[in-house]
Amino acid sequence: MEPSILCYLIPSLIMFGCGVYGFITRRNMLAILISLELMLNAVDINFVVFNRFLYPGEFEGMFFTLFAIALAAAETALVIAIIINIFRMAKNLDISEISKMKF
Amino acid sequence: MDYSQFLMMPQELGLLAVVLLVFLYDLFMPKTTQRYLPLFACVAFGIYTVATSLNVVTGSAFSGMYESNQATFAIKVILNIGALIVLIQSAKWANSEFVSVRRGEFYTLLLITLFGMDFMISARHFLLFVIGLETASLPLAALVAFDKNHYESHEAAVKYMFTAIFSSAIFMLGLSFVYGIGGSLYFDDLFLAVSASMSPLLIIALAFVVAGVGFKLSLVPFHLWTADVYQGAPTAVTSYLSVISKGAAAFAFFAILTQVFGCVYETAWEWMLYALIILTITLGNLFAIRQKNLKRFLAFSSISQAGYIMLGVVACSELGLASLMLYVLIYIFSNLAAFGVIQAVEMNSGKVSMDDYNGLYQTNPKLSFAMTLAMFSLAGIPPFAGFFSKFFIFSSALQSGSVALYVLVLIALINTIVSLYYYLLVVKAMFINPNDQPIAAFKSHVSERIAIFVCVLGIILIGLASCIYAWLVESAAQFV
Repeated sequence: MEPSILCYLIPSLIMFGCGVYGFITRRNMLAILISLELMLNAVDINFVVFNRFLYPGEFEGMFFTLFAIALAAAETALVIAIIINIFRMAKNLDISEISKMKF
Repeated sequence: MDYSQFLMMPQELGLLAVVLLVFLYDLFMPKTTQRYLPLFACVAFGIYTVATSLNVVTGSAFSGMYESNQATFAIKVILNIGALIVLIQSAKWANSEFVSVRRGEFYTLLLITLFGMDFMISARHFLLFVIGLETASLPLAALVAFDKNHYESHEAAVKYMFTAIFSSAIFMLGLSFVYGIGGSLYFDDLFLAVSASMSPLLIIALAFVVAGVGFKLSLVPFHLWTADVYQGAPTAVTSYLSVISKGAAAFAFFAILTQVFGCVYETAWEWMLYALIILTITLGNLFAIRQKNLKRFLAFSSISQAGYIMLGVVACSELGLASLMLYVLIYIFSNLAAFGVIQAVEMNSGKVSMDDYNGLYQTNPKLSFAMTLAMFSLAGIPPFAGFFSKFFIFSSALQSGSVALYVLVLIALINTIVSLYYYLLVVKAMFINPNDQPIAAFKSHVSERIAIFVCVLGIILIGLASCIYAWLVESAAQFV
Protein backbone atom coordinates (compact mmCIF):
# COMPACT_ATOMS: atom_id res chain seq x y z
CA MET A 1 0.00 0.00 0.00
CA GLU A 2 1.25 3.45 -0.89
CA PRO A 3 1.69 5.56 2.26
CA SER A 4 -0.53 8.63 2.40
CA ILE A 5 0.68 12.23 2.33
CA LEU A 6 0.11 12.58 6.08
CA CYS A 7 2.82 10.00 6.82
CA TYR A 8 5.30 12.60 5.60
CA LEU A 9 3.65 15.86 6.58
CA ILE A 10 3.19 15.02 10.25
CA PRO A 11 6.86 14.06 10.86
CA SER A 12 7.98 17.19 9.06
CA LEU A 13 5.72 19.35 11.21
CA ILE A 14 7.01 17.62 14.34
CA MET A 15 10.54 18.36 13.13
CA PHE A 16 9.65 22.00 12.66
CA GLY A 17 8.12 22.12 16.15
CA CYS A 18 11.25 20.56 17.66
CA GLY A 19 13.32 23.19 15.86
CA VAL A 20 11.24 26.04 17.27
CA TYR A 21 11.35 24.49 20.76
CA GLY A 22 15.11 24.07 20.56
CA PHE A 23 15.59 27.61 19.26
CA ILE A 24 13.78 29.00 22.27
CA THR A 25 15.13 26.76 25.04
CA ARG A 26 18.75 26.03 24.08
CA ARG A 27 21.46 28.25 25.54
CA ASN A 28 24.42 27.11 23.44
CA MET A 29 24.82 28.93 20.15
CA LEU A 30 25.71 25.79 18.20
CA ALA A 31 22.62 24.01 19.55
CA ILE A 32 20.51 26.97 18.43
CA LEU A 33 22.06 26.70 14.98
CA ILE A 34 21.22 22.98 14.84
CA SER A 35 17.61 23.78 15.80
CA LEU A 36 17.44 26.28 12.96
CA GLU A 37 18.72 23.62 10.56
CA LEU A 38 15.95 21.29 11.73
CA MET A 39 13.38 23.96 10.88
CA LEU A 40 14.83 24.56 7.43
CA ASN A 41 14.97 20.84 6.66
CA ALA A 42 11.36 20.39 7.74
CA VAL A 43 10.41 23.04 5.19
CA ASP A 44 12.35 21.15 2.51
CA ILE A 45 10.47 17.93 3.29
CA ASN A 46 7.20 19.81 3.06
CA PHE A 47 8.00 21.12 -0.39
CA VAL A 48 9.11 17.75 -1.73
CA VAL A 49 6.07 15.95 -0.32
CA PHE A 50 3.60 18.45 -1.72
CA ASN A 51 5.30 18.21 -5.07
CA ARG A 52 5.43 14.42 -5.11
CA PHE A 53 1.85 13.74 -3.94
CA LEU A 54 -0.22 16.70 -5.17
CA TYR A 55 1.55 17.79 -8.35
CA PRO A 56 3.46 14.80 -9.76
CA GLY A 57 5.08 15.53 -13.09
CA GLU A 58 6.14 19.05 -12.09
CA PHE A 59 9.42 20.01 -10.49
CA GLU A 60 8.84 23.42 -8.96
CA GLY A 61 8.84 22.20 -5.36
CA MET A 62 11.96 20.09 -5.93
CA PHE A 63 13.80 23.04 -7.44
CA PHE A 64 12.80 25.24 -4.55
CA THR A 65 14.17 22.61 -2.18
CA LEU A 66 17.51 22.50 -3.97
CA PHE A 67 17.85 26.27 -3.70
CA ALA A 68 16.71 26.23 -0.08
CA ILE A 69 19.43 23.70 0.79
CA ALA A 70 22.07 25.90 -0.82
CA LEU A 71 20.79 28.96 1.04
CA ALA A 72 20.78 27.05 4.34
CA ALA A 73 24.41 26.03 3.75
CA ALA A 74 25.42 29.64 3.10
CA GLU A 75 23.62 30.81 6.22
CA THR A 76 25.30 28.16 8.34
CA ALA A 77 28.75 29.07 7.04
CA LEU A 78 28.23 32.72 7.89
CA VAL A 79 26.85 32.03 11.36
CA ILE A 80 29.71 29.64 12.17
CA ALA A 81 32.22 32.33 11.14
CA ILE A 82 30.59 34.84 13.46
CA ILE A 83 30.37 32.29 16.29
CA ILE A 84 34.10 31.55 15.97
CA ASN A 85 34.82 35.27 16.33
CA ILE A 86 32.62 35.45 19.41
CA PHE A 87 34.31 32.42 20.93
CA ARG A 88 37.71 34.01 20.40
CA MET A 89 36.64 37.10 22.29
CA ALA A 90 34.45 35.66 25.06
CA LYS A 91 35.76 32.05 25.38
CA ASN A 92 32.18 30.95 25.90
CA LEU A 93 29.14 30.10 23.79
CA ASP A 94 26.36 30.33 26.38
CA ILE A 95 24.09 33.14 25.22
CA SER A 96 22.69 33.86 28.67
CA GLU A 97 26.18 34.54 30.02
CA ILE A 98 27.81 36.50 27.22
CA SER A 99 24.94 38.73 26.16
CA LYS A 100 25.90 42.33 26.87
CA MET A 101 23.15 44.33 25.26
CA LYS A 102 19.80 44.20 27.01
CA PHE A 103 16.97 46.62 27.43
CA MET B 1 17.76 31.09 -24.36
CA ASP B 2 17.01 34.61 -25.40
CA TYR B 3 19.72 36.81 -23.95
CA SER B 4 17.95 40.02 -24.87
CA GLN B 5 15.70 39.58 -21.84
CA PHE B 6 18.61 40.68 -19.67
CA LEU B 7 17.99 44.15 -21.09
CA MET B 8 14.77 44.21 -19.06
CA MET B 9 16.85 44.71 -15.93
CA PRO B 10 19.14 47.71 -16.49
CA GLN B 11 19.08 48.68 -12.82
CA GLU B 12 20.34 45.32 -11.60
CA LEU B 13 22.95 44.98 -14.35
CA GLY B 14 24.24 48.50 -13.72
CA LEU B 15 24.51 47.79 -10.02
CA LEU B 16 26.41 44.59 -10.74
CA ALA B 17 28.82 46.59 -12.90
CA VAL B 18 29.37 49.08 -10.06
CA VAL B 19 30.01 46.21 -7.62
CA LEU B 20 32.57 44.68 -9.98
CA LEU B 21 34.31 48.03 -10.57
CA VAL B 22 34.63 48.69 -6.85
CA PHE B 23 35.82 45.14 -6.28
CA LEU B 24 38.48 45.38 -9.02
CA TYR B 25 39.61 48.79 -7.75
CA ASP B 26 40.03 47.29 -4.29
CA LEU B 27 42.00 44.34 -5.63
CA PHE B 28 44.27 45.79 -8.26
CA MET B 29 44.87 49.50 -7.70
CA PRO B 30 48.16 50.43 -5.98
CA LYS B 31 48.23 51.06 -2.23
CA THR B 32 48.72 54.79 -2.57
CA THR B 33 45.44 55.23 -4.42
CA GLN B 34 43.42 53.05 -2.06
CA ARG B 35 42.24 55.93 0.06
CA TYR B 36 40.32 57.29 -2.91
CA LEU B 37 38.17 54.15 -2.96
CA PRO B 38 35.24 55.80 -1.08
CA LEU B 39 35.30 58.67 -3.55
CA PHE B 40 35.45 56.24 -6.46
CA ALA B 41 32.54 54.20 -5.09
CA CYS B 42 30.41 57.31 -4.51
CA VAL B 43 31.10 58.65 -8.01
CA ALA B 44 30.47 55.31 -9.72
CA PHE B 45 27.29 54.74 -7.77
CA GLY B 46 26.15 58.33 -8.40
CA ILE B 47 26.64 57.96 -12.14
CA TYR B 48 24.75 54.67 -12.05
CA THR B 49 21.88 56.23 -10.05
CA VAL B 50 21.49 59.13 -12.47
CA ALA B 51 21.90 57.02 -15.61
CA THR B 52 19.31 54.43 -14.62
CA SER B 53 16.74 56.96 -13.40
CA LEU B 54 16.44 58.58 -16.79
CA ASN B 55 14.18 56.13 -18.56
CA VAL B 56 11.91 53.32 -17.50
CA VAL B 57 12.11 49.85 -18.98
CA THR B 58 8.93 47.87 -18.56
CA GLY B 59 8.46 44.22 -19.29
CA SER B 60 9.10 40.80 -17.85
CA ALA B 61 11.97 38.35 -18.14
CA PHE B 62 12.78 34.71 -17.36
CA SER B 63 9.30 33.44 -18.30
CA GLY B 64 7.60 35.88 -15.96
CA MET B 65 9.78 35.35 -12.89
CA TYR B 66 11.09 38.89 -13.06
CA GLU B 67 8.99 41.93 -13.84
CA SER B 68 9.96 45.53 -14.24
CA ASN B 69 7.32 48.25 -14.27
CA GLN B 70 6.81 51.90 -13.27
CA ALA B 71 6.28 51.11 -9.58
CA THR B 72 9.31 48.84 -9.15
CA PHE B 73 11.34 51.40 -11.08
CA ALA B 74 10.22 54.21 -8.75
CA ILE B 75 11.01 52.33 -5.54
CA LYS B 76 14.42 51.28 -6.88
CA VAL B 77 15.26 54.89 -7.72
CA ILE B 78 14.23 55.92 -4.20
CA LEU B 79 16.40 53.20 -2.63
CA ASN B 80 19.33 54.14 -4.88
CA ILE B 81 19.14 57.75 -3.71
CA GLY B 82 19.10 56.59 -0.10
CA ALA B 83 22.04 54.25 -0.63
CA LEU B 84 24.00 57.04 -2.32
CA ILE B 85 23.52 59.28 0.73
CA VAL B 86 24.65 56.44 3.00
CA LEU B 87 27.77 55.91 0.86
CA ILE B 88 28.62 59.62 0.95
CA GLN B 89 28.19 60.00 4.68
CA SER B 90 30.23 56.92 5.50
CA ALA B 91 33.24 58.01 3.40
CA LYS B 92 35.17 59.39 6.35
CA TRP B 93 34.41 56.38 8.53
CA ALA B 94 35.62 54.06 5.75
CA ASN B 95 38.98 55.84 5.74
CA SER B 96 39.38 55.80 9.52
CA GLU B 97 42.16 53.86 11.17
CA PHE B 98 40.53 50.53 12.03
CA VAL B 99 38.28 50.30 9.00
CA SER B 100 40.60 51.33 6.18
CA VAL B 101 42.18 47.88 5.67
CA ARG B 102 38.85 46.36 4.73
CA ARG B 103 36.90 49.28 3.29
CA GLY B 104 36.65 47.46 -0.04
CA GLU B 105 34.54 44.75 1.59
CA PHE B 106 32.26 47.37 3.06
CA TYR B 107 31.38 48.83 -0.32
CA THR B 108 31.13 45.49 -2.12
CA LEU B 109 28.90 43.88 0.51
CA LEU B 110 26.71 46.95 0.86
CA LEU B 111 26.06 47.16 -2.87
CA ILE B 112 25.39 43.42 -3.11
CA THR B 113 22.65 43.72 -0.49
CA LEU B 114 21.10 46.44 -2.63
CA PHE B 115 21.33 44.05 -5.60
CA GLY B 116 19.39 41.43 -3.63
CA MET B 117 16.75 43.96 -2.66
CA ASP B 118 16.26 44.94 -6.29
CA PHE B 119 15.49 41.32 -7.12
CA MET B 120 13.19 41.02 -4.14
CA ILE B 121 11.25 44.05 -5.38
CA SER B 122 10.95 42.85 -8.96
CA ALA B 123 10.27 39.19 -8.22
CA ARG B 124 7.08 37.66 -9.53
CA HIS B 125 7.99 34.15 -8.41
CA PHE B 126 8.63 33.07 -4.85
CA LEU B 127 11.93 31.33 -5.65
CA LEU B 128 13.43 34.54 -6.99
CA PHE B 129 11.90 36.39 -4.05
CA VAL B 130 13.53 34.13 -1.46
CA ILE B 131 16.89 34.30 -3.21
CA GLY B 132 16.68 38.09 -3.31
CA LEU B 133 15.72 38.18 0.35
CA GLU B 134 18.70 36.05 1.36
CA THR B 135 21.09 37.93 -0.92
CA ALA B 136 19.99 41.02 0.93
CA SER B 137 20.22 39.68 4.46
CA LEU B 138 23.37 37.51 4.43
CA PRO B 139 25.88 40.25 3.49
CA LEU B 140 24.08 42.58 5.91
CA ALA B 141 24.93 40.22 8.76
CA ALA B 142 28.57 40.31 7.71
CA LEU B 143 28.37 44.11 7.65
CA VAL B 144 26.85 44.21 11.13
CA ALA B 145 29.86 42.22 12.36
CA PHE B 146 32.19 44.66 10.57
CA ASP B 147 33.54 46.32 13.70
CA LYS B 148 36.05 43.58 14.36
CA ASN B 149 37.43 44.96 17.60
CA HIS B 150 34.11 45.50 19.29
CA TYR B 151 32.40 42.59 20.96
CA GLU B 152 28.97 44.24 20.64
CA SER B 153 29.26 44.20 16.87
CA HIS B 154 29.58 40.41 16.81
CA GLU B 155 26.81 39.94 19.32
CA ALA B 156 24.54 42.10 17.18
CA ALA B 157 25.50 40.10 14.08
CA VAL B 158 24.71 36.75 15.66
CA LYS B 159 21.37 38.07 16.94
CA TYR B 160 20.56 39.43 13.50
CA MET B 161 21.54 36.18 11.80
CA PHE B 162 19.58 33.91 14.15
CA THR B 163 16.41 35.96 13.77
CA ALA B 164 16.94 36.23 10.02
CA ILE B 165 17.22 32.44 9.61
CA PHE B 166 14.33 31.84 12.00
CA SER B 167 12.12 34.24 10.10
CA SER B 168 13.04 32.86 6.70
CA ALA B 169 12.31 29.31 7.95
CA ILE B 170 8.86 30.46 9.08
CA PHE B 171 8.36 32.31 5.81
CA MET B 172 9.33 29.25 3.76
CA LEU B 173 7.03 27.00 5.81
CA GLY B 174 4.21 29.36 4.88
CA LEU B 175 5.36 29.19 1.27
CA SER B 176 5.27 25.38 1.31
CA PHE B 177 1.61 25.50 2.37
CA VAL B 178 0.88 28.08 -0.30
CA TYR B 179 2.56 25.77 -2.80
CA GLY B 180 0.38 22.91 -1.55
CA ILE B 181 -2.73 25.01 -2.16
CA GLY B 182 -1.78 26.51 -5.50
CA GLY B 183 0.64 24.07 -7.12
CA SER B 184 2.82 26.88 -8.40
CA LEU B 185 5.08 29.58 -7.08
CA TYR B 186 4.26 32.24 -9.67
CA PHE B 187 2.42 35.20 -8.17
CA ASP B 188 -0.12 35.23 -11.01
CA ASP B 189 -0.96 31.52 -10.80
CA LEU B 190 -1.22 31.68 -7.04
CA PHE B 191 -3.57 34.64 -7.25
CA LEU B 192 -6.01 32.57 -9.30
CA ALA B 193 -5.61 29.47 -7.12
CA VAL B 194 -6.05 31.41 -3.88
CA SER B 195 -9.20 33.15 -5.04
CA ALA B 196 -10.73 29.80 -5.97
CA SER B 197 -10.16 28.11 -2.62
CA MET B 198 -10.67 29.68 0.77
CA SER B 199 -9.48 27.21 3.39
CA PRO B 200 -8.11 27.26 6.96
CA LEU B 201 -4.78 26.11 5.51
CA LEU B 202 -4.62 29.34 3.51
CA ILE B 203 -5.05 31.43 6.66
CA ILE B 204 -2.28 29.49 8.43
CA ALA B 205 -0.01 29.87 5.41
CA LEU B 206 -0.74 33.58 5.27
CA ALA B 207 -0.01 33.99 8.99
CA PHE B 208 3.38 32.33 8.50
CA VAL B 209 4.19 34.51 5.49
CA VAL B 210 3.18 37.69 7.33
CA ALA B 211 5.27 36.65 10.34
CA GLY B 212 8.27 35.95 8.13
CA VAL B 213 8.21 39.31 6.40
CA GLY B 214 7.24 40.99 9.68
CA PHE B 215 10.61 39.97 11.09
CA LYS B 216 12.41 41.78 8.28
CA LEU B 217 10.27 44.87 8.79
CA SER B 218 10.54 44.56 12.61
CA LEU B 219 6.81 44.75 13.28
CA VAL B 220 6.07 44.36 16.94
CA PRO B 221 5.76 40.79 18.05
CA PHE B 222 8.83 40.16 15.88
CA HIS B 223 10.88 43.26 16.73
CA LEU B 224 13.15 42.15 19.54
CA TRP B 225 16.32 41.95 17.45
CA THR B 226 16.08 45.53 16.18
CA ALA B 227 17.38 47.56 19.10
CA ASP B 228 20.37 45.32 19.80
CA VAL B 229 21.41 45.13 16.17
CA TYR B 230 21.10 48.88 15.66
CA GLN B 231 23.15 49.55 18.76
CA GLY B 232 25.89 47.02 18.08
CA ALA B 233 26.40 47.62 14.36
CA PRO B 234 28.70 50.39 13.06
CA THR B 235 26.69 53.59 12.57
CA ALA B 236 27.06 53.56 8.77
CA VAL B 237 25.57 50.06 8.65
CA THR B 238 22.81 50.97 11.10
CA SER B 239 21.69 53.86 8.95
CA TYR B 240 21.63 51.62 5.89
CA LEU B 241 19.73 48.91 7.77
CA SER B 242 17.15 51.31 9.14
CA VAL B 243 16.14 52.96 5.89
CA ILE B 244 17.06 50.99 2.77
CA SER B 245 16.44 47.49 4.07
CA LYS B 246 13.18 48.58 5.67
CA GLY B 247 11.95 50.39 2.55
CA ALA B 248 12.61 47.36 0.33
CA ALA B 249 10.87 45.03 2.78
CA ALA B 250 7.83 47.31 2.99
CA PHE B 251 7.45 47.38 -0.78
CA ALA B 252 7.89 43.60 -1.02
CA PHE B 253 5.30 43.10 1.71
CA PHE B 254 2.84 45.24 -0.23
CA ALA B 255 3.59 43.31 -3.43
CA ILE B 256 3.03 39.89 -1.83
CA LEU B 257 -0.13 40.82 0.01
CA THR B 258 -1.82 42.53 -2.91
CA GLN B 259 -0.59 40.45 -5.83
CA VAL B 260 -0.83 37.00 -4.28
CA PHE B 261 -3.39 37.31 -1.49
CA GLY B 262 -5.23 40.37 -2.78
CA CYS B 263 -8.57 38.60 -3.15
CA VAL B 264 -8.71 37.33 0.44
CA TYR B 265 -8.15 40.82 1.82
CA GLU B 266 -11.32 41.06 3.90
CA THR B 267 -11.54 37.44 4.99
CA ALA B 268 -7.96 36.78 5.92
CA TRP B 269 -5.38 39.48 6.44
CA GLU B 270 -7.13 42.78 7.05
CA TRP B 271 -7.60 42.13 10.79
CA MET B 272 -4.20 40.54 11.13
CA LEU B 273 -2.64 43.78 9.95
CA TYR B 274 -4.84 45.97 12.16
CA ALA B 275 -3.53 44.16 15.24
CA LEU B 276 0.07 44.31 14.00
CA ILE B 277 -0.11 48.03 13.23
CA ILE B 278 -1.64 49.04 16.57
CA LEU B 279 0.89 46.93 18.50
CA THR B 280 3.83 48.15 16.40
CA ILE B 281 3.10 51.86 16.66
CA THR B 282 2.16 51.82 20.34
CA LEU B 283 4.88 49.56 21.73
CA GLY B 284 7.55 51.14 19.53
CA ASN B 285 6.64 54.54 20.92
CA LEU B 286 6.46 53.44 24.54
CA PHE B 287 9.86 51.76 24.43
CA ALA B 288 11.43 54.71 22.62
CA ILE B 289 10.59 57.01 25.52
CA ARG B 290 12.89 55.23 27.95
CA GLN B 291 15.97 54.93 25.70
CA LYS B 292 19.14 56.82 26.51
CA ASN B 293 21.42 55.56 23.74
CA LEU B 294 20.58 57.50 20.58
CA LYS B 295 21.03 54.50 18.27
CA ARG B 296 18.66 52.40 20.38
CA PHE B 297 16.31 55.36 20.50
CA LEU B 298 16.24 55.59 16.72
CA ALA B 299 15.75 51.80 16.55
CA PHE B 300 12.51 52.01 18.50
CA SER B 301 11.48 55.10 16.58
CA SER B 302 12.04 53.16 13.35
CA ILE B 303 9.85 50.34 14.70
CA SER B 304 6.96 52.72 15.21
CA GLN B 305 7.62 54.33 11.80
CA ALA B 306 7.32 50.83 10.27
CA GLY B 307 3.83 50.72 11.77
CA TYR B 308 2.93 53.92 9.94
CA ILE B 309 4.34 52.49 6.69
CA MET B 310 2.04 49.48 7.17
CA LEU B 311 -0.97 51.83 6.98
CA GLY B 312 -0.19 52.11 3.28
CA VAL B 313 -0.35 48.31 2.98
CA VAL B 314 -3.69 48.16 4.78
CA ALA B 315 -5.07 50.70 2.31
CA CYS B 316 -4.39 48.07 -0.39
CA SER B 317 -4.88 50.51 -3.27
CA GLU B 318 -2.76 52.48 -5.69
CA LEU B 319 -2.93 55.53 -3.42
CA GLY B 320 -1.73 53.28 -0.60
CA LEU B 321 1.28 52.21 -2.64
CA ALA B 322 2.04 55.79 -3.72
CA SER B 323 1.91 57.10 -0.15
CA LEU B 324 3.97 54.12 1.04
CA MET B 325 6.71 55.03 -1.45
CA LEU B 326 6.52 58.71 -0.50
CA TYR B 327 6.75 57.72 3.17
CA VAL B 328 9.84 55.62 2.47
CA LEU B 329 11.46 58.46 0.50
CA ILE B 330 10.87 61.06 3.21
CA TYR B 331 11.79 58.62 5.96
CA ILE B 332 15.11 58.02 4.16
CA PHE B 333 15.95 61.74 4.21
CA SER B 334 14.81 62.36 7.80
CA ASN B 335 16.43 59.31 9.31
CA LEU B 336 19.69 59.72 7.37
CA ALA B 337 19.94 63.33 8.56
CA ALA B 338 19.66 62.10 12.15
CA PHE B 339 22.17 59.31 11.59
CA GLY B 340 24.50 61.68 9.76
CA VAL B 341 24.66 63.92 12.83
CA ILE B 342 25.08 60.93 15.15
CA GLN B 343 27.90 59.62 13.02
CA ALA B 344 29.67 62.97 12.82
CA VAL B 345 29.52 63.33 16.60
CA GLU B 346 30.55 59.71 17.16
CA MET B 347 33.53 60.01 14.81
CA ASN B 348 34.81 63.09 16.62
CA SER B 349 34.02 62.36 20.26
CA GLY B 350 32.87 58.73 20.46
CA LYS B 351 29.68 59.72 22.27
CA VAL B 352 26.23 58.34 21.42
CA SER B 353 24.26 58.86 24.63
CA MET B 354 21.46 61.40 24.76
CA ASP B 355 22.92 63.03 27.89
CA ASP B 356 26.14 63.75 26.01
CA TYR B 357 24.16 65.87 23.59
CA ASN B 358 23.24 68.34 26.35
CA GLY B 359 24.33 71.79 25.27
CA LEU B 360 25.40 70.71 21.80
CA TYR B 361 23.83 73.88 20.42
CA GLN B 362 26.43 76.10 22.08
CA THR B 363 29.34 74.31 20.46
CA ASN B 364 27.97 72.91 17.20
CA PRO B 365 24.94 74.98 16.18
CA LYS B 366 24.76 73.70 12.60
CA LEU B 367 24.70 70.02 13.55
CA SER B 368 22.08 70.76 16.22
CA PHE B 369 19.99 72.54 13.63
CA ALA B 370 20.14 69.57 11.23
CA MET B 371 19.25 67.17 14.05
CA THR B 372 16.31 69.37 15.05
CA LEU B 373 14.95 69.40 11.52
CA ALA B 374 15.29 65.61 11.33
CA MET B 375 13.41 65.16 14.60
CA PHE B 376 10.66 67.58 13.51
CA SER B 377 10.31 65.71 10.24
CA LEU B 378 10.18 62.30 11.95
CA ALA B 379 7.54 63.60 14.34
CA GLY B 380 5.52 65.13 11.50
CA ILE B 381 5.49 68.85 12.27
CA PRO B 382 3.85 70.78 9.39
CA PRO B 383 6.23 72.67 7.18
CA PHE B 384 8.62 69.73 6.97
CA ALA B 385 8.36 66.66 4.77
CA GLY B 386 7.38 64.25 7.55
CA PHE B 387 4.04 65.97 7.92
CA PHE B 388 3.15 65.37 4.29
CA SER B 389 4.13 61.71 4.36
CA LYS B 390 1.95 61.11 7.43
CA PHE B 391 -0.89 63.12 5.90
CA PHE B 392 -0.90 61.15 2.66
CA ILE B 393 -0.59 57.78 4.36
CA PHE B 394 -3.48 58.55 6.73
CA SER B 395 -5.69 59.80 3.93
CA SER B 396 -4.93 56.75 1.76
CA ALA B 397 -5.83 54.46 4.67
CA LEU B 398 -9.11 56.28 5.15
CA GLN B 399 -10.05 55.98 1.50
CA SER B 400 -12.29 52.93 1.83
CA GLY B 401 -14.07 54.62 4.73
CA SER B 402 -14.90 51.69 7.03
CA VAL B 403 -15.37 52.45 10.75
CA ALA B 404 -12.55 50.12 11.80
CA LEU B 405 -10.10 52.05 9.63
CA TYR B 406 -11.18 55.33 11.24
CA VAL B 407 -10.46 53.85 14.68
CA LEU B 408 -7.09 52.58 13.44
CA VAL B 409 -6.08 55.97 12.10
CA LEU B 410 -7.26 57.65 15.31
CA ILE B 411 -4.97 55.38 17.33
CA ALA B 412 -2.11 56.18 14.95
CA LEU B 413 -2.80 59.90 15.38
CA ILE B 414 -2.75 59.67 19.17
CA ASN B 415 0.56 57.86 18.86
CA THR B 416 1.94 60.69 16.75
CA ILE B 417 1.50 62.95 19.76
CA VAL B 418 3.32 60.47 21.99
CA SER B 419 6.15 60.31 19.47
CA LEU B 420 6.35 64.13 19.44
CA TYR B 421 7.24 63.94 23.14
CA TYR B 422 10.29 61.78 22.74
CA TYR B 423 11.53 63.38 19.53
CA LEU B 424 11.45 66.72 21.32
CA LEU B 425 13.46 65.23 24.20
CA VAL B 426 16.45 65.18 21.85
CA VAL B 427 15.83 68.78 20.81
CA LYS B 428 15.47 69.78 24.45
CA ALA B 429 18.75 68.09 25.30
CA MET B 430 20.60 70.01 22.60
CA PHE B 431 19.08 73.45 23.13
CA ILE B 432 17.86 73.75 26.73
CA ASN B 433 19.59 71.30 29.06
CA PRO B 434 22.63 72.91 30.71
CA ASN B 435 25.97 71.16 30.53
CA ASP B 436 29.33 72.23 31.89
CA GLN B 437 31.35 70.17 29.44
CA PRO B 438 29.45 69.95 26.17
CA ILE B 439 30.99 68.10 23.23
CA ALA B 440 33.80 70.31 21.96
CA ALA B 441 33.29 72.30 18.79
CA PHE B 442 34.54 70.47 15.71
CA LYS B 443 34.44 70.80 11.97
CA SER B 444 32.89 67.75 10.40
CA HIS B 445 34.36 66.11 7.33
CA VAL B 446 33.28 67.43 3.93
CA SER B 447 31.52 64.17 2.99
CA GLU B 448 29.43 64.29 6.15
CA ARG B 449 28.57 67.91 5.49
CA ILE B 450 27.44 67.14 1.95
CA ALA B 451 25.27 64.24 3.11
CA ILE B 452 23.65 66.20 5.94
CA PHE B 453 23.07 69.18 3.65
CA VAL B 454 21.36 67.00 1.04
CA CYS B 455 19.16 65.43 3.72
CA VAL B 456 18.15 68.80 5.17
CA LEU B 457 17.35 70.05 1.70
CA GLY B 458 15.20 66.98 1.14
CA ILE B 459 13.39 67.44 4.44
CA ILE B 460 12.48 71.00 3.54
CA LEU B 461 11.66 70.55 -0.14
CA ILE B 462 10.18 67.08 -0.76
CA GLY B 463 6.92 67.78 1.06
CA LEU B 464 6.40 71.02 -0.83
CA ALA B 465 7.29 69.63 -4.26
CA SER B 466 3.94 68.05 -5.07
CA CYS B 467 5.23 66.79 -8.43
CA ILE B 468 7.00 63.95 -6.57
CA TYR B 469 3.75 62.66 -5.09
CA ALA B 470 2.01 63.03 -8.46
CA TRP B 471 4.81 61.02 -10.11
CA LEU B 472 4.50 58.28 -7.48
CA VAL B 473 0.72 58.07 -7.90
CA GLU B 474 1.21 57.77 -11.63
CA SER B 475 3.83 55.03 -11.13
CA ALA B 476 1.67 53.12 -8.66
CA ALA B 477 -1.37 53.19 -10.94
CA GLN B 478 -0.11 50.31 -13.07
CA PHE B 479 0.82 48.08 -10.19
CA VAL B 480 -2.27 47.20 -8.15
